[in-house]
Amino acid sequence: MVNSVTNLGRSGVFDWLIQRVTAYVLALYTIFLLGFMLTSDVNYETWSALFGQTWFRIFSLLALVSLGAHAWVGLWTVTTDYIKSMGPRFLVQAACGLTMFVYVVWGIQILWGL
Amino acid sequence: MCRFRICTLILTYQLTAAGFRSCGTKRECESAVNSKRPVNLDLGKFHFPLPAITSILHRVSGIIIFVGVAFLLYGLQLSLSGEDGFGRVSELLDSFLAKLIIWGILSALLYHLVAGIKHLFMDMGIGEDLESGRLAAKITIVVSVILIVLAGVWVW
Repeated sequence: MVNSVTNLGRSGVFDWLIQRVTAYVLALYTIFLLGFMLTSDVNYETWSALFGQTWFRIFSLLALVSLGAHAWVGLWTVTTDYIKSMGPRFLVQAACGLTMFVYVVWGIQILWGL
Repeated sequence: MCRFRICTLILTYQLTAAGFRSCGTKRECESAVNSKRPVNLDLGKFHFPLPAITSILHRVSGIIIFVGVAFLLYGLQLSLSGEDGFGRVSELLDSFLAKLIIWGILSALLYHLVAGIKHLFMDMGIGEDLESGRLAAKITIVVSVILIVLAGVWVW
């Protein structure tokens, strides 16, 4: 078994599970949002009403957190495959992690309008 | 997990492309391995099999989405900031460049979604053999091309 200190789940199987669970959440969210935009008349009233509902804010935040975890597992895999030397790889992974953190916090600010 | 699968596919292909054949006796094998005959490894003739191409596109589209989320969050923030902000987003989406960016992000998203659903089917044991894997890769390409074209029509 290969152990790495930088992967999210600390084991390949757990990473795999995180990747699948978040994939289902993200697929549902994407299909729901695309479906909403295609089937209803999107204007400021309908749009802000959708994002004003608590359940949809929670769903959006769940999707955003899922995106962070999903992207971490995915980008970790990609960076460990293509960036062989430790220093640059760590820097790129750190940059990805920072970006995901910013996305999540920025998303909370947008959703709850702090 | 998927990494190993791709490697197997590429390896299988390269061995056939390089013309590895079974050679009869042990002696014949040894002479074939030790001979100084030129090895024809014409790199121009190597091709990635379709499942490898769909796999690398899955990775590329994932990275595009990761960057694209910044644009989407910016748009979301502006659109929810008020009537004016929403109007500003609609205005922005009238420009060719913004349409191109949105179409690009949508394309990456739709491809990643379709290829991701293929992965979920593979988790259930569907499309894991060589033949069904190639078919699944073809279906992934066809379905996502149709969706990407429809997305283009929707954006413009």
